[in-house]
Amino acid sequence: MNGPDREVVFRTRGLTKTYEMGEVTVHALRGVDLDLYAGEIVVLLGASGSGKSTLVNILGGLDTATSGQVLYHDQDLTRADDRELTEYRRHWVGFVFQFYNLIPSLTARENVAIVTEIAKDPMDPGEALEIAGLSGRGDSFPAQLSGGEQQRVAIARAIAKRPAVLLCDEPTGALDSKTGVVVLEALNRVNRELGTTTLIITHNEVQAEMAERVIYLRDGEIADVKVNERRTPPSELRW
Amino acid sequence: MRAIHRKMFRELKGMRSQAVAIGFVIVAGVATFVSMTSIYESLELTLTNYYEDQRFADGFVTIGRAPEHLADRLRQVSGVNEVQTRVVAAVNLEVPGFDQAVTGTVVSLPAGRQPLLNRVFIREGRLPEGGRDDEVLLNEVFAEAHELGPGEQLTAIIRGSRRTLTVVGIALSPEFLMQVQPGTIFPDPERYGVLWMEREALAAAYDMVGAFNDASFTLAPGAEIDAVIHRMDQFLDPYGGRGAFPRADQISHNMVQEEFNQLRGMATLLPIIFLGVAAFLLNIVVTRLIILQRQMIAILKAFGYRNRDVVLHYLSFVMVIAVAGIAVGILLGVWMGVLLGDLYLEFYRFPAIDYVLSFRVALTAIVLTLGAAAAGVFMSVRRAVRLQPAEAMRPAQPAAFRATVLERLGLQRFFDQPTRIIIRNLERQPGKSAATVVGISMASALMIMGSFSQDSFDYIASVQFGLSQREDFAVAFTDPASMSALHDLRALPGVLHAEPYRSVPVRLLHGHRSYQTAVEGIPEGAYLRRVLDAELQPISVPPEGIVLAAGLAEVLGVAAGDRITVEVQEGRRRTQEIPVTGVAEQFIGVGAYMDMEAVNRLAGAGQAISGGYLLVDGALEAELMSALRDRPRVAGISSTDKMLESFFEEMVGALIVFTLILSLFAAVIAFGVIYNSARISLSERDRELASLRVLGFTRAEISYIMLGEIAVLVLAAIPLGLLLGWAGSYLTVMAIQTELLRIPVVLQPSTFALAATVVLVSGLASALLIRRRLLRLDLIAVLKTRE
Ligand SMILES: Nc1ncnc2c1ncn2[C@@H]1O[C@H](COP(=O)(O)OP(=O)(O)O)[C@@H](O)[C@H]1O
Ligand SMILES: [Mg+2]
Repeated sequence: MNGPDREVVFRTRGLTKTYEMGEVTVHALRGVDLDLYAGEIVVLLGASGSGKSTLVNILGGLDTATSGQVLYHDQDLTRADDRELTEYRRHWVGFVFQFYNLIPSLTARENVAIVTEIAKDPMDPGEALEIAGLSGRGDSFPAQLSGGEQQRVAIARAIAKRPAVLLCDEPTGALDSKTGVVVLEALNRVNRELGTTTLIITHNEVQAEMAERVIYLRDGEIADVKVNERRTPPSELRW
Repeated sequence: MRAIHRKMFRELKGMRSQAVAIGFVIVAGVATFVSMTSIYESLELTLTNYYEDQRFADGFVTIGRAPEHLADRLRQVSGVNEVQTRVVAAVNLEVPGFDQAVTGTVVSLPAGRQPLLNRVFIREGRLPEGGRDDEVLLNEVFAEAHELGPGEQLTAIIRGSRRTLTVVGIALSPEFLMQVQPGTIFPDPERYGVLWMEREALAAAYDMVGAFNDASFTLAPGAEIDAVIHRMDQFLDPYGGRGAFPRADQISHNMVQEEFNQLRGMATLLPIIFLGVAAFLLNIVVTRLIILQRQMIAILKAFGYRNRDVVLHYLSFVMVIAVAGIAVGILLGVWMGVLLGDLYLEFYRFPAIDYVLSFRVALTAIVLTLGAAAAGVFMSVRRAVRLQPAEAMRPAQPAAFRATVLERLGLQRFFDQPTRIIIRNLERQPGKSAATVVGISMASALMIMGSFSQDSFDYIASVQFGLSQREDFAVAFTDPASMSALHDLRALPGVLHAEPYRSVPVRLLHGHRSYQTAVEGIPEGAYLRRVLDAELQPISVPPEGIVLAAGLAEVLGVAAGDRITVEVQEGRRRTQEIPVTGVAEQFIGVGAYMDMEAVNRLAGAGQAISGGYLLVDGALEAELMSALRDRPRVAGISSTDKMLESFFEEMVGALIVFTLILSLFAAVIAFGVIYNSARISLSERDRELASLRVLGFTRAEISYIMLGEIAVLVLAAIPLGLLLGWAGSYLTVMAIQTELLRIPVVLQPSTFALAATVVLVSGLASALLIRRRLLRLDLIAVLKTRE
């Protein structure tokens, strides 16, 4: 179910990003036009270095584009200053990073709480941990958790504020496939139960099967967009 | 508690050893500042209160002899408020059990009550009563020097007649805060003391019945001291007035003022430098600590924490340490201040120290310390939040590769890989390496500034008493005597050699500047008393002309070749223009020297001597002393050893106390800074070092890389620290030297060695602590996470 009848959450036009590295200029994004729709779950697929993280970071307000436009609903993120981007992230965006980025000195529950405490209408950290499939480990410190468990804490942290969009940069990148499946299931459940627009980065073709749409990125450009007629539940994915 | 606060407290706990080290730096800076500044302010306050409570006079005058009814007329001198007339007598004393000559000044008191002005503070016992002619009150230092208490006796020779006196009390007086014999510059409480007797009794013994020979006065509101003194002098001239003088020239007050001036330099400038450096080091440490947190800051920002929240978070982090450090520092500072106060009672005989910690002092400490910490937080957090979170979450970019010095010089093959890594790291972040070196060197500079004065005072003593004043004893006569008096001295038991001197009170004038001192006549070819030039070579005093101490030349604004006016202050009071033929290196006192014959011509009283310098056979010292004591013309005997002792005890003791505290806390700061620098370097590098371990480097090799870097920085800091310390010492000297005490900057190798040792030991201790952490480096954690 996609098309003009669904509400557009993100709209990018001619989005480019370049990095100046001394004499060399790296073109991370070379004109990306993309629409993301409310409530859909999208997988962003591409080889390492193709610009996936750069794109997601710009969508999430962690970075700014070199040129082009990004709209979040009506808000022009390319024109937003640091303060506006902070507010935007605070209220609407949930992040899951490849390397979890948990705060080592806080327990799992506290890692979630640190976000819910500044959110408008958050869920209870315990509830978020439960959705992420991690009830019972709330008092553990990150160092006492496995990679998969840490990533599920990160998911709980991302969803606990009931974000409008959930941006996940290689959430399974550092995990074995069995753990990866558990994490993807958690994301799938959040998307289903909360209706959160979800964008998942991966370089793993198999994972694309769980998405409604798959966006292929190559060398900073969208190479292809594929709509999955039939989505495979994460539990049936193997890689 | 909110999660973000939990984060703060847990992380504080996690870095508690570092937090404690930072706390030490703050505590040391604040405690030094608070104790020294507050004790100085307290001393000033105590002095003011004491003078007020004891009604210390504004002006003083000595008269040959004036009938008592003149007192009323003195009161009527315009500008004078109250007048206290007294009898003041110079006496010789015999103290039981002490075989050397003791001289004293006896001051009269009204019978059984306090005088109007210059009241005494009774420490023990009571005031002398009327109707008794044998009761005496002793000045505390003098009583202590001889362990005399109420009920005990001593003998006074007043106007040639012996009289046994009974001690009825021990007292203190604002007039004799420093008990110094007129004409000398060191207190010598064993050989000179101040006593008080009832007026009638003293007048009877001193032939002053119905008369007075000393008056003190206070000023009427708005009166001008100089004008009053002028009128006073005019009025008293017929009665043998010896010239009234203001409180500023009163000997005890003058000395206290001199010392307070030195203390002020020491107690205000040094502690503020100290606190400033501590604050600066705190700032460096905080900045580096927070820069380490840039990824954490990016994560918080990614969640939507605002810059303000982030700043507040790290601010509270640092403030917990800073506030705790300041609180402990202030408490420690007050405690030390009170202890110092007790110590100062040894130097300044106040009834008690009115200890105050002024709001201003506390506020300065708080503002400076918190300000430095907060500035560190703001600067570093600002730097971190200026980056886009996406950027900041990436590990800090390694700077573009550049060939190191070694590679540019083609020397790399002579060094192994770990050494090359050390050099590359140092070169890659020159700013940070430099900041660390500067930080450590500042800490060692503080140590040197703290301890240099001890070296300087040793040097002063060795020059003054080793090269310039080579006699064992100086004997002063009551009145100028003929040369035969010197032959008498030579004939005394134990005297190996004697040389005469002539001292004449003068006023030296140059332009609008003038200075009251005594010019000393030195006989040609003198051996015992020599005038030295800046290279410590003896200057010959020419038959014509005058040699001035450098401090005096400075006060008068003259150099060799200039002419000054010399006004003799005794006899016919002649005035003469004399060329300055040389400037002498003299650290203590402000002397003026002329050929002895020239002085005698100037004074116009024929061939006379004022006293003699003696070289003495130590075995016969006691005999010599008793022989001297029986001579009526001997006014005073001063021993060079005693002067040396009191130089350290009385004159610079107060300063040395400060320097001890300074160097102690400087050592604490040095350790705090070095340890923190090392710990922060480790945090910055642990990932890299763990990766090297994973790649197969041995523990020894990564320890070498890490500790080698620390070693290079510490070693580089030492010479710079010595240089900074030397410069800082110059600054200190400028702040504390006065005309009476000129201080050369002398730094013994041992002082440098101590500073270097403290830095090295701190470096070594930090290295050992770091090495323990290196051995525990968690390789798995590194592999588990990014990069
Ligand atoms: N901060 C940066 N500075 C320089 N180059 C960067 C930076 N971030 C990303 N790049 C470059 O941009 C390109 C795209 O990076 P990225 O978006 O991280 O790719 P992906 O996530 O698809 O692996 C890469 O060539 C990468 O090296
Ligand atoms: Mg990526």
